Amino acid sequence: MTLVETLFGFLGVVAVGAALLVVTTRQLVHAALWLVVCLAAVAGCYLLLSAEFVALVQVLIYVGAVVVLLLFGLMLTRAPIGRSDDLDAPLPQRLSAAAVSLGLAGVVVVASIDAFRGEQIVLGDDAVAGTAGDAGTALFRSWVLPFEVLSVLLLAALVGAIVLSRRDIGPPPGGPSPDVSSV
Amino acid sequence: MPLLMPVLLAGLLFCIGVYGVLARRNAILVLMSVELMLNAVNINLVAFDVWLRDELLAGQVFTLFVITIAAAEVGLGLAIVLLVFRNRATSSLDEMTELREDAA
Repeated sequence: MTLVETLFGFLGVVAVGAALLVVTTRQLVHAALWLVVCLAAVAGCYLLLSAEFVALVQVLIYVGAVVVLLLFGLMLTRAPIGRSDDLDAPLPQRLSAAAVSLGLAGVVVVASIDAFRGEQIVLGDDAVAGTAGDAGTALFRSWVLPFEVLSVLLLAALVGAIVLSRRDIGPPPGGPSPDVSSV
Repeated sequence: MPLLMPVLLAGLLFCIGVYGVLARRNAILVLMSVELMLNAVNINLVAFDVWLRDELLAGQVFTLFVITIAAAEVGLGLAIVLLVFRNRATSSLDEMTELREDAA
């Protein structure tokens, strides 16, 4: 086993363990913090796969922005600090959820072992890798139109979030849309 | 590195995300589980991109796109959760059972 494989295995175990804690812990804020651990481990996996720019974006956007946004949401919905027992669905639903996900895991593991056994990723001697230069060249040479469309999508999401969260934007006078903010 | 390592990691993360979506009751925890599933997909994209040595870096660029869309999704999702919390003082998904007003 090479160093890269050992490191990848370690980071994978960390990511899976942290993800399990995210979906099972009984403390809301801890779930968000375990999510940070999981996402950072995944960023390390990107680095080991030579995708440096994706790893940096993962740290910046996921660990930096998304988790902070989730913590904001937790604070604004007055999430209980400390243990709370009403985060999980009742036991029968949890059992069936576990059955579904274990079944799915079995199918995925068997199928991917069957399909990709023995395939090797060759790292290192590369003409095309994932540095910021390579990713930028690909992004602005081959993928520039989807990139621009994505910026419009982000703008739409921004406007939508503002419209949803502001209280002083009501329906148009006499308009047909029901006023959800006055229920 | 065997291709199976990232692929299996992605599969396991995705299944953990599925469990979280199905078994959690708090809306924000469900959003976190959705993030786990999106991350699993991203690992697959990067792994296959590196495996296939794509000249256009399609996998990595798609990963960037998915990360952006995930950020937009979390922003909108949290805005909706906050709106529900303001109207009903709860963020528990089990208590959101109405799709319409009763035709009284």
